[in-house]
Amino acid sequence: MSAQIETFYELIRRQGITRRSFVKFCSLTAASLGLGPTGAASVAQALETKPRVPVIWMHGLECTCCTESFIRSAHPLAKDVVLSMISLDYNDTIMAAAGHQAEAILQETRQKYKGQYILAVEGNPPLNEDGMFCIDGGRPFVERLTEMASDAMAVVAWGTCASWGCVQAAKPNPTHAVPIDKVIRNKPIVKVPGCPPIAEVMTGVITFVTMFGRLPDLDRQGRPKMFYSQRIHDKCYRRPHFDAGQFVEEWDDDGARKGFCLYKMGCKGPTTYNACSTTRWNGGVSFPIQSGHGCIGCSEDGFWDKGSFYDRLTGINAFGVERNADQIGLAAVGVVGAGIAVHAGITAVRQLTTKPRDNIKTISSDPTNPNAG
Amino acid sequence: MQEVTKLQGAIDSQGERAVSRQTVYVYETAVRLWHWINALAITVLCISGYLIGSPPPSVPGEASAYYLMGYIRFAHFSAGYVLAIGFLFRLYWAFVGNRYSKQIFVPPVWNKLWRWGLVYELKWYLFLVKDPKKYIGHNPLGHAAMSSFVVVLIFMICSGFALYSQGAGNDSWQFALFGWVFSIWPNAQDVHTWHHLGMWSIVIFAIIHVYAAIREDILSRQSTISSIVSGERVFRDDFRN
Repeated sequence: MSAQIETFYELIRRQGITRRSFVKFCSLTAASLGLGPTGAASVAQALETKPRVPVIWMHGLECTCCTESFIRSAHPLAKDVVLSMISLDYNDTIMAAAGHQAEAILQETRQKYKGQYILAVEGNPPLNEDGMFCIDGGRPFVERLTEMASDAMAVVAWGTCASWGCVQAAKPNPTHAVPIDKVIRNKPIVKVPGCPPIAEVMTGVITFVTMFGRLPDLDRQGRPKMFYSQRIHDKCYRRPHFDAGQFVEEWDDDGARKGFCLYKMGCKGPTTYNACSTTRWNGGVSFPIQSGHGCIGCSEDGFWDKGSFYDRLTGINAFGVERNADQIGLAAVGVVGAGIAVHAGITAVRQLTTKPRDNIKTISSDPTNPNAG
Repeated sequence: MQEVTKLQGAIDSQGERAVSRQTVYVYETAVRLWHWINALAITVLCISGYLIGSPPPSVPGEASAYYLMGYIRFAHFSAGYVLAIGFLFRLYWAFVGNRYSKQIFVPPVWNKLWRWGLVYELKWYLFLVKDPKKYIGHNPLGHAAMSSFVVVLIFMICSGFALYSQGAGNDSWQFALFGWVFSIWPNAQDVHTWHHLGMWSIVIFAIIHVYAAIREDILSRQSTISSIVSGERVFRDDFRN
């Protein structure tokens, strides 16, 4: 490995790819990133002039579904991204090196490309027992993570684990797993939530960062606007059924067969920001709602702790009783109503048992009262 | 006969004069108007809001023939705008209106007499004292309840517009102004949940509000029900000896 890496363009030309194919690829990439009519030129410019960016891909507490998703990317093909556009120097799941050889790459990248490499993190660090719940290469993952992050240019938080915490951070979170932005404070972080994130979204983000050397525009929650600025609900092809008031009432009913809205079956589309309803999955084949199942909101914060995946209203677990807001509210109204009935009853009894007022008598018998007639 | 024509106030056919009442103009027209528009908006908001969370049974046929959820949501959003704009107007009126128009926004917790009145009024509701006190504006307990209601109202407006901004888009002014709600609750599901709980707290407030208004009208010897119609608070008589 040398400090001067060749550009993407040099590399693909060396591999025998024509300039025509290169320009096509640039157009496609620009379109998938939503860069507008001039995007293709800037993509080509970047790929021709910028050296490939080294990427370190670390794994904490996770299930590797992010990597699984990533390697299924169709546009741009993961092969193009992994082998050409970036220099994926370390990913313990798909790299050939192992053991001390693999460990050496981490330190080498950190020294050679100080402040230039991208740290992609899949999974998150557990903090309980000094991080002992996730030991990687003989050391707590949290230590290795903060060490690698300290010299990175930027950090990519892959998936809901790294972005929000996901299942290992769900209640009661015995290992005290935290999203990575709780331990990495001094580096720009782009969150790419989803369990897993959509493959094209992952490669899109990586492509953008490597091409332009900066993070894409992020929203309030640190997610790239280009993929996370609309809800599943906003672009759902079943939305007309929602607006009409046509719902699946139970599984396998007539509405389900007709492809009505899954709102009543607990679809989290209205509260979930992701690109599923536009980009879809597996090269645009389908996405959960198209397959007849509601969105479970996997790219949202704490989606494991919001009650059933099949309830529209979020469960609230208070005092050991799991109910939704309307059940709690209705019960409270009942209690208050009953309380008022009792209160009114007591008031009425007291009124009936006390001596009635006699205005005229009181006034006429009180000579000091100026109101007396 | 000459004397009778000079008499002020109500008299009976025998010429006997009735007790003259003390009347104070408390609720100005703007305040009364706001109260009733608000009550109407809240009624629409509660019903339509409940139906958004738990929609009516599915309608059959072609989607193009219906716009049921669309209309329910439209009712909710327009009533929400009425509530929000009404609230801004009410806030403005607190500055230009009479002294009682400021009350609900400022509970004088620093005032010793007010705090004493709060405890006294609580005792009155717990049947621990024989007679209630009379107040020209809100009694301290009612005052505290009104101020809490204002807080809930502000919360409902903020969370409501935040949820609205999800549909309006991240480049909408609603998101620019109220998007901070999602910094507190990153998952909009939680905002929905709190918005629901806020609705139920308003329903509870409304029940207690109506009960207390009727009860005070009867027992406290001062008008409350007619006051929010006419604006005038009438004090009927003094305490029993």
